[in-house]
Amino acid sequence: MWPNKFDYVRAGSVDEALSSITDDGKFLAGGHSLLPVMKLRLDAPEQLVDIGRIPELQGISANGGLTIGAAATHDAIASSADVQAMCSALASACGQVGDQGVRNFGTLGGNIAHADPASDPPTVLVACGATVNIQGADGARSVGAEDFFVDLFETALDDGELITSVSLPNCSDCQCAYVKFPHPASRYAIVGVAVCLKMDGGTCAQADVAVGGATVKAVKCAGAEAALAGTTLDDAALNAAAEAVKSDIADWLAGDIAYPESYRQQMAGVFLKRAVAAAQG
Amino acid sequence: MTTRIFGSGIKRREDPRLITGEALYTDDIKLPGVLHMAVVRSPYAHANIVSIDSAAAEAMEGVVAVYTSDDIGDGLAGLPTAWLIPDSDLKTPEHPALAKGKVRYVGDGVAIVLADDRYRAQDAADAVVVEYEELPAVIDPEEAAQEGAPLIHDDVEGNIAFRWAPFDKEASDKVFADADVVVSERILQQRLLPTAMEPRSAMAQYNAATAELTLWCTSQNPHIHRFIISAVTGLNENKVRVIAPEVGGGFGSKIPCYPDEALVSWAAIKLGVPVKWTETRSENYLITIHGRDHVQHVDMAASSDGKILGVRATVYAGMGGYLSTAAPGIPTILHGLLYVGPYTIDSVYCESIGVMTNGTPTDAYRGAGRPEATFLLERMVDNVAREIGMDPAEVRRKNLIPAFEDGYEVAAGLSYDSGDYPAAFEKALGMAGYGDFRRQQKSAMAEGRHLGIGVTAYTEMCGLGPSQVAGAVGFQGGLWESATVRVTPTGKVQALIGASPHGQGSETTLAQIIADELGFPVDDIEVIHGDTTETPMGWGTYGSRTTPVTGAALAVASQKLKEKARVLAAHLMEANVDDIEYADGSFSVKGSPDQAQSIQDVALMAHLAWNMPEGMDPGFEESQFYDPPNFVYPFGTHIAIVEVDAETGEIELQRYIAVDDCGPQINPEIVAGQIHGGVVQGVAQALCEGAVYDENGQLLTGTMMDYCMPKADMFPNFELGETVTPSPHHPIGVKGVGETGTIASTPTVYNAVLDALAPLGVKQLDMPLTSAKVWSAIQDANGGGS
Repeated sequence: MWPNKFDYVRAGSVDEALSSITDDGKFLAGGHSLLPVMKLRLDAPEQLVDIGRIPELQGISANGGLTIGAAATHDAIASSADVQAMCSALASACGQVGDQGVRNFGTLGGNIAHADPASDPPTVLVACGATVNIQGADGARSVGAEDFFVDLFETALDDGELITSVSLPNCSDCQCAYVKFPHPASRYAIVGVAVCLKMDGGTCAQADVAVGGATVKAVKCAGAEAALAGTTLDDAALNAAAEAVKSDIADWLAGDIAYPESYRQQMAGVFLKRAVAAAQG
Repeated sequence: MTTRIFGSGIKRREDPRLITGEALYTDDIKLPGVLHMAVVRSPYAHANIVSIDSAAAEAMEGVVAVYTSDDIGDGLAGLPTAWLIPDSDLKTPEHPALAKGKVRYVGDGVAIVLADDRYRAQDAADAVVVEYEELPAVIDPEEAAQEGAPLIHDDVEGNIAFRWAPFDKEASDKVFADADVVVSERILQQRLLPTAMEPRSAMAQYNAATAELTLWCTSQNPHIHRFIISAVTGLNENKVRVIAPEVGGGFGSKIPCYPDEALVSWAAIKLGVPVKWTETRSENYLITIHGRDHVQHVDMAASSDGKILGVRATVYAGMGGYLSTAAPGIPTILHGLLYVGPYTIDSVYCESIGVMTNGTPTDAYRGAGRPEATFLLERMVDNVAREIGMDPAEVRRKNLIPAFEDGYEVAAGLSYDSGDYPAAFEKALGMAGYGDFRRQQKSAMAEGRHLGIGVTAYTEMCGLGPSQVAGAVGFQGGLWESATVRVTPTGKVQALIGASPHGQGSETTLAQIIADELGFPVDDIEVIHGDTTETPMGWGTYGSRTTPVTGAALAVASQKLKEKARVLAAHLMEANVDDIEYADGSFSVKGSPDQAQSIQDVALMAHLAWNMPEGMDPGFEESQFYDPPNFVYPFGTHIAIVEVDAETGEIELQRYIAVDDCGPQINPEIVAGQIHGGVVQGVAQALCEGAVYDENGQLLTGTMMDYCMPKADMFPNFELGETVTPSPHHPIGVKGVGETGTIASTPTVYNAVLDALAPLGVKQLDMPLTSAKVWSAIQDANGGGS
């Protein structure tokens, strides 16, 4: 409620943001991940560099694939026709973050930089093969989403680096979905499952699957993908995938007092089936 | 003929200011030169304080002072426990405003910081260095009562603060020994966090010249706060003014007088400047009282054909680190006396053991003792039904007390005022389509779907209460209310009440009572409350008592004024009083309808006093003290229908039917609002709420990220019904309805879920019924596990 003292700088450009940030500083965009932890005094950066209004970080563009500015809000993404067309699972996930007030302020860049394991967008970004575009004092680089999320609240970002945008391939020819089992208290995901299915007639040519919420980070699930690929997504395939996904996430499980790891692991299987059904629906 | 205002669902007059943010809460009040208080709180549940070093904090910018218990010395007396239940060997350990040498729960205050800014106060509080010697902690009340448990207060042997069992144990034992059927269950009434929308806040200002203290605070009972603050500071009561401005909900948590109110008062006196403290939500969860926290061992005896013969329970009630203001009365007087419920049960026995633990102190939380009683009774009725193979609704029907209009003595020693339990019961079953549901349930099961139904018949004791009874049960106060109906010369009404509503809509309801009795337009009536200097004495708003008790005081005061008006109107119209007729706020002479005096005319003439009848005093104002002759006993039947998703353990509440009888409804919209809110709170206990501590006494559910507040999308539209049985002893027949929803709904939903789970082999689960618990229980019952 009462954060420690901090300095505040509003940056007008990415260059200005990068040159302003100090060793004990943090970038502030929508503030919906950072400010709550500061109010609880769980984090106490001495400086906030506000990047929320930098023009280069705004907007969503469609050009073969999607490029989403780091400061695009969850609501902007959820209601974007381009995102709905090219990656409907991401629109769905962003539409399930927090409540409307949170979605109006919270940004995709801030969300993934915070890397809350139970947040919704990272799971879709990992499933759909997104790329995180990063700018630092030494230049720009890009990291695949799967490598970007390292561990609990831990990403591949180095000190002083800034996410500028997220790129996604055009998934409009896939069947994709994000299905979430919301925690009754926080509405974060107890488990969230994203699937992206490339169908060849009645057969699944390729399946991409990721799980979040039940895990310390969004996890790509190769076992479940293998169990689905090459099948007609019949009950046997779904059951096999539901079993496989539990193994895929076994090393990364997370839980809390009400919803322990073991339960979340089981629910990943249930919600994988529901995600496949939603994608096909 | 105009529509009668009594019974009309007019909109709550409170809402515009609440909805637009114009309401003035304690924290909104700004005084020049105010200092902000931050409290250094114990991070340990149980520890000795080795040393406190405040030098660094005192040196910080803007910090005026840092005080510990040593600095206060005897400047503040300990906080009193004000419900001294008799025949229980009650111990009341000292509760200092700041810990003396030892802390007893996480959040126990150790030092206070006064600074010119809230942020600086917090920075300095963080800079106070306290060295602790950690001691073993105990949270579970049953464990804390065992031999060898950590001793929390040296003067409370075995941590047992009281042992209350004013029942005939021998007679109870005989009933159980002779019964065909005895069912037993260990029931956990988990700790709940009241979570009023507005956290607690207090600000004190002391005028050294007049020696007067003003305390603004979040209180449900400013007059009680006044005499407690008077007692702990040593100021005369007439030099203390307590103001409860807008108060954003309480649910019981704003009844007690806490250390924080005493500390701002002491600091304001000490420093001669105003001092303000407002808790954060995290603090609210740590230090504002919690509710429930019972471990109950319950038995019910019945005949093989479903007649309930007796109920008995041993209750370990967690009191937390100190005995809060009303705490001892909650699991005893307000609990054990309710074991008969709406049934013809001839034998009850309750041994309630109040146990000190290293949790946050507990006290009254919406329903306060009665939900815990209703739950165990309704749970055991379902257990009896299952044991003898009878439908649970049929067992209830068989045992309901038949209709009565004026008094019914029950085994626990209470005299219920009026009731027609079978009527409410049959109405609810009809609304639910109970018989059809049982058929649907069977066909759904054939499709692998798990539906369940829960039925609760209840009555409860509220409208607290006769002061003679309050005295007999050790409540350190009266339970009457007083009110003044004051009419201005221009015919507008100010009703001053001693009670202190904080969200119930009482300003609207009480105005409707006055309008109905006295004929003023309801919009010409203001209800004024919350300031001990402006309002007459009253014991506060809790226990569903403001409408029944304050409402009665206002009704009687209004009736007296109306009689004065009738005599004065007769005098003014030179008529015989017996010839005066009254309708819609106007007095006329029988047979001469063109000659009339409105109530406003009469009020003006009473103020002018130009032409008064012999012996009549001027003015148009009446005050009334009202001490109820008995409690009121609302009742009803609630029914829930749920579906359990066996794949995930999730529970969907599909229908909720509530038939409640609170006597004549003054404002049906407000009654519905009270029932809706109460049901939501009670269902939340069944399904999602629960405070959890770890073994060291750390609160794991310290924020709403983990503590699950109910949300609108968890609920269907409620289906409400009513029956109307007036209270025979009440001037206008009304009963309280603030707590019925909470009292009835927890067992209703719990029993519905267990009904759905019965075919899966699940017989018992501890609340809250999270999907993880339900799913695991299904797995275990299947013999598999995962």
